[in-house]
Amino acid sequence: MQALYAQLLVGLINGSFYALLSLGLAVIFGMLNIINFAHGALYMMGAFTAYFLLHLTGIGYWWALLIAPIVVGIFGMILERTMLQWLAGLDHLYGLLLTFGIALIVQGVFQNYFGSSGLPYAIPDYPQIGEWRGLQGGMNLGFMFLPVYRGWVVIFSLVVCLATWFLIEKTRLGAYLRAATENPTLVRAFGINVPRMITLTYGLGVGLAALAGVLSAPINQVRPLMGADLIIVVFAVVVIGGMGSILGSIITGFALGVIEGLTKYFYPEASNTVVFVLMVLVLLVKPTGLTGRAA
Amino acid sequence: MSALTDDSIPVTPRAMRDEMIVFAAMAVLLGLVPLTGIYPFFVMQALCFALLACAFNLLIGYGGLLSFGHAMFLGTAGYCSAHALKVWGVSPEIGIVVGVAGAAALSVVTGFISIRRQGIYFSMITLALSQLLYFIYLQAPFTHGEDGIQGIPQGYLFGIFNLAKPTVLYYVVLAGFLGGFLLIYRTINSPFGEVLKAIRENEPRAISLGYKTDQYKLLAFILSGTIAGFAGSLKVFVAQNASLTDVHWTMSGEIVLMTLVGGLGTIFGPVVGAFVIIAMQQYLAGFGQWVTVIQGVIFVACVLTFRRGVIGEIAHYFRRSL
Repeated sequence: MQALYAQLLVGLINGSFYALLSLGLAVIFGMLNIINFAHGALYMMGAFTAYFLLHLTGIGYWWALLIAPIVVGIFGMILERTMLQWLAGLDHLYGLLLTFGIALIVQGVFQNYFGSSGLPYAIPDYPQIGEWRGLQGGMNLGFMFLPVYRGWVVIFSLVVCLATWFLIEKTRLGAYLRAATENPTLVRAFGINVPRMITLTYGLGVGLAALAGVLSAPINQVRPLMGADLIIVVFAVVVIGGMGSILGSIITGFALGVIEGLTKYFYPEASNTVVFVLMVLVLLVKPTGLTGRAA
Repeated sequence: MSALTDDSIPVTPRAMRDEMIVFAAMAVLLGLVPLTGIYPFFVMQALCFALLACAFNLLIGYGGLLSFGHAMFLGTAGYCSAHALKVWGVSPEIGIVVGVAGAAALSVVTGFISIRRQGIYFSMITLALSQLLYFIYLQAPFTHGEDGIQGIPQGYLFGIFNLAKPTVLYYVVLAGFLGGFLLIYRTINSPFGEVLKAIRENEPRAISLGYKTDQYKLLAFILSGTIAGFAGSLKVFVAQNASLTDVHWTMSGEIVLMTLVGGLGTIFGPVVGAFVIIAMQQYLAGFGQWVTVIQGVIFVACVLTFRRGVIGEIAHYFRRSL
């Protein structure tokens, strides 16, 4: 049973990354009509930013959680201003091709300097309160041993996902955003700066990817290609869940992570492929995706 | 939906004549290659990729479907042919048939699944399906995982042509390429091709005219996957191996890049693009990962400033269809 719980936890963690990434993809697609192929590369940049902050400037994990998404988000906004904005009105496929090119560039540059092996990033050991050593160590829950850091990743990702949902569905800014997704011309006529909102939206989606990168750094190590294969799985998650609903992306992300974890326990040979197989099944039964409208 | 090739030029007798002249020139030039002393291996490899890119272009340029997983047909046909040739010891022509049949079977299944969604979702689905296949081939025993199938015997085609001789192999590959190219050309200019273009331009309208668009798209997908598989089978004789590289998503990306550079939806563009990209890889082989970076830069530059591609720009300049 211990092993099952451990795999369930790994599944929940992968699920948090799927949720954070597919959420960002959905938000970006809603505003820019672009499937951001560079999402995996930007996730990797988030992890590397945390690594650089620690090893070049001594800035630790907690600040990295804040700084890395902002830095990578600004990088993303520069990409949007200099390149992606020129694709407005063109076929969606050009956005996919352009961001694929960006992903190749970013991953290629990092591979040149850091090879393909992983760089270690330690779990933070501060603040030290009582017997707590930051997020290191673990606790005995009775039925399983829970490493604190892993528990933290799941809970923090969930909070971030729900905060994003709240921002988009419940605030005034989110209302503008949803309105601009439906009808940008009309929203512009109301005096709202839609191009700036598009840039900020891209920054937000990219920031979420970078945040996932920082969270994953102590677990998966920091590697130039850490996002390359992940993004393909996230695409499958997006096909399964559909990009119509924010909550849908979050739930599908976590659920598929858990299913993947269960597969690792019951039939490890299929753990790499289970998400893709599920995608095929969903396409056969309900081609629009679980939460999607016809697109 | 704005079309990928917004300035399409109607097919006229003049356009057909232009295309046949260019085709004849291309065939003669390629036929003269062994006399020039150019390294034939390079040209053969480029020809295989050119046919692959043409097959890909049939889907994107004429059906409006961007497949981001065409490497799966290349790899599947490669593995099937390689296995048949090496383990079963069949003759080359049977090896090719086995490879093409494998790719055709795969394209029936994957086509049935992926055409259920359009546009951007279609691309994501084909990418995910090819990744699924990648993991299957990684674990399946007959592919020998990371090592791949190596040292494949070339043998005698139809019992006559010794494929171990570079010149003979070159003309066989060239014949295969020209045959595949003509098949695609014929398809594009057939009533079937016209319906495909209609679907690309306006699918609801094609449906309202009574066309069962899903059947057309599926047929185009199967044709494209099968021809891509034929290219993969030919490549087995050139490279004498079949490996995971051919199924990886980076390979799918390269196919897209070749077609984009040459010109999406142009007849000769994918051929030019394939030669450009393969030549680039040859000359820059010593630069390691910078090749990836350069490919990325070409992607970005093409999408931002050069969407018609090499042949597309030429055709646009002369107001001709090429």
